[in-house]
Amino acid sequence: MRELNVAEITRAVKELSIETNIRLPEDVKAALRKALQVEESPLGREILQVILDNHVIAERENMPICQDTGVAVVFLEIGQDVHLVGGSLEDSVNEGVRQGYTQGYLRKSMVDDPVLDRKNTGDNTPAIIYTRMVPGEKVKVIFAPKGGGAENMSEVRMMTAADGIEGVKDFVVDRVSRSGGNPCPPVVVGVGIGGDFERCALLAKEALMRKIGEPNPDPRYRRAEEEMLERINNLGIGPQGLGGRITALAVHVKTLPCHIASMPVAVNMQCHADRHGERTI
Amino acid sequence: MKTIELTTPLDGKLLAELKSGDKVLLSGEIYTARDAAHKRLVALLENGEELPFDLEGAVIYYVGPAPARPGQIMNSAGPTTSYRMDVYTPILLDHGLKGTIGKGPRSRAVRESMVRNGAVYLAAVGGAAAGIASTVREAEVIAYEDLGPEAVRRLVVEKMPLFVVNDTAGNDLFEKGVAEYRRNR
Repeated sequence: MRELNVAEITRAVKELSIETNIRLPEDVKAALRKALQVEESPLGREILQVILDNHVIAERENMPICQDTGVAVVFLEIGQDVHLVGGSLEDSVNEGVRQGYTQGYLRKSMVDDPVLDRKNTGDNTPAIIYTRMVPGEKVKVIFAPKGGGAENMSEVRMMTAADGIEGVKDFVVDRVSRSGGNPCPPVVVGVGIGGDFERCALLAKEALMRKIGEPNPDPRYRRAEEEMLERINNLGIGPQGLGGRITALAVHVKTLPCHIASMPVAVNMQCHADRHGERTI
Repeated sequence: MKTIELTTPLDGKLLAELKSGDKVLLSGEIYTARDAAHKRLVALLENGEELPFDLEGAVIYYVGPAPARPGQIMNSAGPTTSYRMDVYTPILLDHGLKGTIGKGPRSRAVRESMVRNGAVYLAAVGGAAAGIASTVREAEVIAYEDLGPEAVRRLVVEKMPLFVVNDTAGNDLFEKGVAEYRRNR
């Protein structure tokens, strides 16, 4: 049994919140550079160049890539041989968010009550925290700041077995089509299939954590991803929705077993500022 | 694609010459407001009260910037999605607002109101927030400080790069652009 002080988790969350908001993962940057080469629309190319230039400015000036530094989504994979000491795990994550968003001059985007009060909590807490117990004696912290514009274009649909893979594809392409320029395309599309109502939404978000260019392990879903990406990029929405060839950089599918009566499908939209990072303690 | 330099307050005659798809470099005073501030601004108008800034020829930028570091004029400040402000926009346009800046398409009601009022909608590149901040020369909160990032700010911008989406004749760059590149399977 390894003892781990939760202060270590606070520190990881704080550092990741700042780093992920300033510097994009290399796979996302590479995908955007490739998009610039493929884009047919002159305006689309200009927009992609502005986006790529912005990455350079953000890193040089130590500024967030986007002013929407997101809701703090934190995935924790906790080794079952770890004994957490020094305080509450949840508090330690929120303390990391508080420190990172305050000391990193990141925007605080959380309101306390979703409908009635909508008063800003002032420190971007609470975080959205998912914990999973895994074998071993390490703790993995994945931090994914999620902007509101793309999240607002996401959807869960309880489909049926009869809808099949074609039904899934139609739903995903339609969801992207109806989103137009709102989620800041070019987007990454996370698709969760299976589980139950809420688990498939989480699956869709987990699918976004996969590196762009890393193939789906199941060749059947790999083909489905490729076909959906082609159909999405034929929609003409383009960078920022102002017309063009590149509407999405990737479609990522993740699946789970489900009930004989069900086929839940979720689409989680991710803007081009596809921010996430991880640390293992 | 033409590039046109514009200065606020916006002049109706100059606006009529702008065409959907033109590039604009905007300079002068603009005001920031997003969801929560719009709700309050429109409540003031409906009660016949004075707004914290003059709407005549004004431009509203839909943005909630990241907080500035010490010594920094403006931290990252890219556009937020505009449709959430659609419900509030026509009444502001009826009271003299001439331009809005955001990302994503507008409702039919807003587009019709822009034609009726000779106003335009301009797009900034969403997510290009650090670059946009470098065009901001002055920034101060002028109302609703309690809203934090959603407070109303007076900004002075210099050559802020924008695209004309909706012109005063009712053209829409989203519709035109998507139609041009859509492929039917």
